[in-house]
Amino acid sequence: MANLNLTSENIKRISGVDARKCMRCGKCTASCPNFEDMEYHPHQFVYFIENGKLDKLLESKSVFKCLSCFACVERCPRQVEPAKLIEAVRLTVIRQQGANHLLPDEIPAAIDEEMPQQALVAAFRKFTK
Amino acid sequence: MQKIGVFICWCGSNIAATVDVKRVAEAALHEPGVVYSADYQYMCSESGQTLIKNAIKEKGLTGVVVCSCSPRMHEATFRKAAESCGLNPYMVEIANIREHVSWIHKDIEEATEKAVILMRAAVAKVNLNQSLTAGKSDVVKRALVIGGGIAGIQTAIDIADAGYEVDIVEKKPTIGGKMSQLDKTFPTLDCAACILTPKMVEAASHEKIRIISYSEVESVSGFVGNFTARIKKKPRYVNEALCTGCGICAEKCPSRKSKNEFNEGMDTRGAVYIPFAQAVPKLAVIDPTACIKFKTGKCGLCERNCTAKAIDFNQKEQIIEEKYGAIVVATGFNPIKLDGLEEYGYSQNADVITSLELERLMNAAGPTGGVLLRPSDRQHPHKIVFVQCVGSRGLRPCDKPYCSKICCMYTAKHSMLIREKYPDTEVYVFYIDVRTPGKNFDEFYRRAVEQYGVHYVKGQVGKIVNDGGKLIVHGSDLLMNEQVIIDADLVVLAAAIEPDPTAKSVATMLTASIDTNNFFTEAHPKLRPVESPTAGVFLSGVCQGPKDIPETVAQASAAAVKVVGLLSKDQLTCNPCVAGSNELLCNGCSSCEKVCPYGAISYITKEVRRGDFRRVAFVNEAVCQGCGACTVTCPSGAMDLKGFTNKQIMAEVDAICK
Amino acid sequence: MQVENKEFKPTIVAFCCNWCSYAGADLAGTGRMQYPANVKIIRVPCSCRVNPTFILRAFQRGADGVIMCGCHPGDCHYTSGNYYARRRMTMLFDFLDYLGIEKGRTRVEWVSAAEGARFASVMNEFVKNVTELGPNKRITDLRCKMEKEGE
Repeated sequence: MANLNLTSENIKRISGVDARKCMRCGKCTASCPNFEDMEYHPHQFVYFIENGKLDKLLESKSVFKCLSCFACVERCPRQVEPAKLIEAVRLTVIRQQGANHLLPDEIPAAIDEEMPQQALVAAFRKFTK
Repeated sequence: MQKIGVFICWCGSNIAATVDVKRVAEAALHEPGVVYSADYQYMCSESGQTLIKNAIKEKGLTGVVVCSCSPRMHEATFRKAAESCGLNPYMVEIANIREHVSWIHKDIEEATEKAVILMRAAVAKVNLNQSLTAGKSDVVKRALVIGGGIAGIQTAIDIADAGYEVDIVEKKPTIGGKMSQLDKTFPTLDCAACILTPKMVEAASHEKIRIISYSEVESVSGFVGNFTARIKKKPRYVNEALCTGCGICAEKCPSRKSKNEFNEGMDTRGAVYIPFAQAVPKLAVIDPTACIKFKTGKCGLCERNCTAKAIDFNQKEQIIEEKYGAIVVATGFNPIKLDGLEEYGYSQNADVITSLELERLMNAAGPTGGVLLRPSDRQHPHKIVFVQCVGSRGLRPCDKPYCSKICCMYTAKHSMLIREKYPDTEVYVFYIDVRTPGKNFDEFYRRAVEQYGVHYVKGQVGKIVNDGGKLIVHGSDLLMNEQVIIDADLVVLAAAIEPDPTAKSVATMLTASIDTNNFFTEAHPKLRPVESPTAGVFLSGVCQGPKDIPETVAQASAAAVKVVGLLSKDQLTCNPCVAGSNELLCNGCSSCEKVCPYGAISYITKEVRRGDFRRVAFVNEAVCQGCGACTVTCPSGAMDLKGFTNKQIMAEVDAICK
Repeated sequence: MQVENKEFKPTIVAFCCNWCSYAGADLAGTGRMQYPANVKIIRVPCSCRVNPTFILRAFQRGADGVIMCGCHPGDCHYTSGNYYARRRMTMLFDFLDYLGIEKGRTRVEWVSAAEGARFASVMNEFVKNVTELGPNKRITDLRCKMEKEGE
């Protein structure tokens, strides 16, 4: 994982959001419409990133289960904006060299009918930022 | 030419061990104007001071330089000594050769050289010193309290008890403020009205207190000890001298559509009304925006029914002008508007209410007569959700960045009272942190949890949706790492509190400063918490920062003591080191007025030479604090600061750079 | 023209406001924190009392560096004085730089009444910088110099 450069600092640089501003109110998790499907919930994302415990996030599919609906961004009272942090983790995963890339023929199996295709949504978001 | 005496203190060995005091004394004699020099072990001691006094008398000194410790330490001592034998105290200057020389340098040669230079600079300054006399200004023995809530009432009573006249200016028709709207108070649960209304009556019946209700301060001029306030008295359309407060007019009024402010708009009142039963002064007031007579010219039912003949539709706005020695700001607070916090749906759902509204719903004098019914269908709620930190501790534009301090406690109070009165009700409290510092506060909160079984959930509410009369509350339970959904009957929001909107204009009027949240700034956050940085303006209650009732009352009394301390003086001694403008140089450009933080500078037209009338700056010496901002701003060099004149500082620079 | 003194000891004028920095300097003394003897402090009520001409005068009279200390922004005893001072000094120092008085010879520092150690370290650093820059020859008034030598 070392080559990932997945440090809290790096996440902060990509997302432009400081996880240390979090006051642990849990409003993000309360607002999350995809709570049931996520192994880790928005407030945990923030807490993990704040404490540099990023390995767990990487291994979890939760990164790609986030809908990027931005409900948490909208409602976060402390401007921590969890969706932006999750997006940053996602980008870091996608940008890593050599490993872990999804092959085109694996895509159909990975598609969940009920959910938007998150990689696409995330990519759009990246270019509209 | 001055006759200057230079006195070098050894300070035991503190100075003498590193500075060759004899050499400094010797060098002093070569300085212009110096006629005498001496050194002594302890200059600040009684005998040291006698040495200085004798020299002043015997040598006829016109100026004194003491080379000793910091002027912050003993400048006052030496100035007093000089004054006692007839020398103007402002002819004494200190050269700091202890803190700035002997204590920081080890090399005797180097230290002595520096001490000589500092002595030289002080001598150069004293050569240009002029005798200064502190001005005196009279103190008007009357105080103005802006705001008639519990803070203003307490301050006024305490000042009045000390024997001084006080005016309370209240913008609403009655005094009492927010506390009059409360049902019970934490942590003792005594009824707010029972403890507040006697105080209101005490204020009204006190011979030294005048309550100017339904009025606002329009402008304030003057300075500490001598303010002049213009107070605008809004027309009540009721003759205050005749009205007996019987309430018959309010009963007969056919207009019934106005929202009752006292009950937070949850019921209605007539166009003519008495705010509440214990209002002080208990006088009716007509709301011209609702009155049928004002709108159509017909009606006048109240006028016909009033046996006291007090109704007066022709009443006009009045201006009261009064002089005051001190002003206390007690403008209080309001809960924030919740429209920006859309996730709670406060404006869409009648059953999402604020805590202040709940106070009215639970109060016997409230819209439901003290029975807890939800506003939408007047049914008894069985599941109630409290949300804390609504609008507090947030960084969004609709949020306030600070903790509102009182919400944790009143939410515990509400949940406890509800569980006590209606044990069939389930109560949930969403909290981020429970903050209960205060005497018996945490015990109180624990009682709500342990004894009354209130469910405290660590988390926040994300959204509230109305589903056929039920309020679906989506929240998080962080300790369970779960999303919780509660179908509640009533949701109570602990809205953040913010300073009253008038705070800003009052601050501008008084040149008192406010912070980014519009709370008044204190003169020193630790040591002068009830004074504003503007002399003669004091702070009382929530206008300075969120606080509960006991803290407010404590601060109110503290402010009163400060006011009494000021009013007990007949005259104030001013700082003589103030700015002054040379009328011949001043071109009346207004630059200095703009930089003055105290509003001490005004402009007068003056005949500077015969037939030559000019607009020139005039410094009010009682207001000027002597910062010198104007002296540097002045483009023509007309403004100068006494005690720190341009020439004096320049002479010091020259002496140091020589 | 002039033989450089081997051990160059710059003359440094420090303007300190009465409420914060002067008290900070006193605290440095109380704590026996060493800083060079070249620094001579002039007490002013507020940093906003420091007229740019005082600083020009100091350089004209042969000072090698001038430092001005005030209360931290927001802490001014007179509420806003240090803000005026900051603006004035920013402009003045740019102007002086243009005239050849290097930026290293001029400085504004905020020192509170509790920062004795900071006062000492600021002075140490400033004196070191000015010493490295050497004597100020730019706007020193020659007449002043002659006066000096004549003594």
